[in-house]
Amino acid sequence: MSTTSIRPSAPPADGPGAALTRGRPRHGETVVRGLLFACAAVSVLTTLAIVFVLFQEAAAFFRLPGISVADFLFGTTWQPFGDPDSDSFGVGVLPLLNATLMITVIAILVATPLGLATAIYLSEYARPGVRRTIKPVLELLAGMPTVVLGYFALTFVTPLLRSLFGTSAVPIFNGLSAGLVVGVLIVPTIASISEDAMSAVPRELRDGGYGLGASRRHVALRVVFPAALSGIMAAVLLGFGRAIGETLIVSLAAGNLPIREVPAADPLQQVQTMTAYIVQAVGGESSRGSVTFQSIFAVGALLFLLTFVINLVAMRVVRRYREEY
Amino acid sequence: MVLTSPAAVIRRHAEDTRLTGSPQQRAREGGTRFVLLGATALSLLVLVVLIVDIVVDGAGRLSLDFLTTYASRRPEDTGILAGLTGTLSLMVLVAVMTFPVGVGAAVYLEEFAPKNRLTSLLETNINNLAGVPSIIYGLMGLSIFVVTFGLGRSLIAGALTLTLLVLPVVIVAAREALRAVPREIRSGALALGATPIQTAFRQTIPAAVPGTMTGTILALSRAIGETAPILVVGAVTRRATNEPWNVSEAFSAIPIQIFGFVKQPQEEFQIEVASAAIIVLMVLLLIMNSAAIIIRHRYTRTY
Repeated sequence: MSTTSIRPSAPPADGPGAALTRGRPRHGETVVRGLLFACAAVSVLTTLAIVFVLFQEAAAFFRLPGISVADFLFGTTWQPFGDPDSDSFGVGVLPLLNATLMITVIAILVATPLGLATAIYLSEYARPGVRRTIKPVLELLAGMPTVVLGYFALTFVTPLLRSLFGTSAVPIFNGLSAGLVVGVLIVPTIASISEDAMSAVPRELRDGGYGLGASRRHVALRVVFPAALSGIMAAVLLGFGRAIGETLIVSLAAGNLPIREVPAADPLQQVQTMTAYIVQAVGGESSRGSVTFQSIFAVGALLFLLTFVINLVAMRVVRRYREEY
Repeated sequence: MVLTSPAAVIRRHAEDTRLTGSPQQRAREGGTRFVLLGATALSLLVLVVLIVDIVVDGAGRLSLDFLTTYASRRPEDTGILAGLTGTLSLMVLVAVMTFPVGVGAAVYLEEFAPKNRLTSLLETNINNLAGVPSIIYGLMGLSIFVVTFGLGRSLIAGALTLTLLVLPVVIVAAREALRAVPREIRSGALALGATPIQTAFRQTIPAAVPGTMTGTILALSRAIGETAPILVVGAVTRRATNEPWNVSEAFSAIPIQIFGFVKQPQEEFQIEVASAAIIVLMVLLLIMNSAAIIIRHRYTRTY
């Protein structure tokens, strides 16, 4: 909120100031103010447009003959192509959801320890000079176009996995490679938000710990870490939200074959995530009103809802931690 | 840090546990430090490996011809002119649209917005938009710009989608720049009889331009690295048109071409051509980020 308000206070009704403040009406300025408000309103319109589009087009999907919300949410076959009456046809989103969660879990398992260790190191151990060097480099990693990381996953990480575990055990497209690289992608997110949370822990808490004879390790892990826990949880949740929506890495490295039998936990197979499906289906020649075209939006709506809920929870957690000190 | 206070003395002593504690304690302290540093170094190492891998694979394929020819079926003849012109056109269009709207929104929120529900709704909304996956913007662009507005799978539909995607970044940067302009500047202008609008447009906004420019360039560098939204809107991997300025034409972009190359079955495309295109994209991003840093350092006035 603005602390430097420049709105003039109410003009005095009479006296010497009255003549000065009651100038001619400036209609142009009213218009300019309106335009400025319109600029700010663009963001709200964007949100409304996203919600409207996703739910209107998804609703059109569920109105198509032979498709129900229950089939979509609980069905275990994802094959929304061709003739709805054929045996192979299916609109169950679980195989895509399964793949998305599999890759996200791998990413979180990689990124949480790495991100938190980085945050503790930067906040509690590193000298200011080291910190000033490492933080921009992490930002560089965060700003890397995801198509580049997708290339890296497919042409570097996958061959590496194949030479480690054997080419027969690791297919060219697999969930593990994609999950590992998505993990690398979200390390900066988790590291920088939890570092902020740890830096916000008051100095007195650390001094109290040292005063009681604790070592630096104890202060970092038993004083600062618990005190910043809610911020750290929010960081992991935001990383989770980012991983769910990641598109290019999974699209290039994890493949485009929906999981056949859900639930599946083996990442050494080709899996298709929700985002990868959207990319695959949108590239085809499906037209508006077709099952395939509308299914893109149903998947998109589910993806939006998932990330929305995760971000909402993360923000709640952050707000609570902000009130603490 | 004040080193003379008793707390600081205790702290320094504690920090030196690894020098003064029992051998066991020292080992634990050293071990913790080693593990934390190792984890930090690991993510940085991945970045180094990534860059080295790409340069080794792609540097040999880079040439002037690579930049000035269109895509070809044969990997030795292919180039990224379509992507390069598409990315440059997108940059110009996105810049022209985000800068005024972003600054306008920031000026409204910082200088004119009353403290009410609507304003806090606007602010929460801008923060929330950052968490929406970029592919979702693509779906919105596909349905609204491509289909409803009838723009087709065109350059302008892609540019509009990217504009909405990076607008929050510009707004946040512009707000920070406006907040850094001291109150005295505004008070001075108002005291001389300027109206609030005149104050904003002749004093506050000009003073905030360098900071806003930096934010806009960083937003643009995010926009040109994005693949998913324009892929969904309908960017193509190759393009025949010679009119990159025609906004109603089909368009390509460097990340889209990289995506297309990596998807090719031939290894020459997948490895060499793709990484050469990645080098071009990264050099472009590097130039933009350097420009942002230079503008911030040279033109930002400190009051």
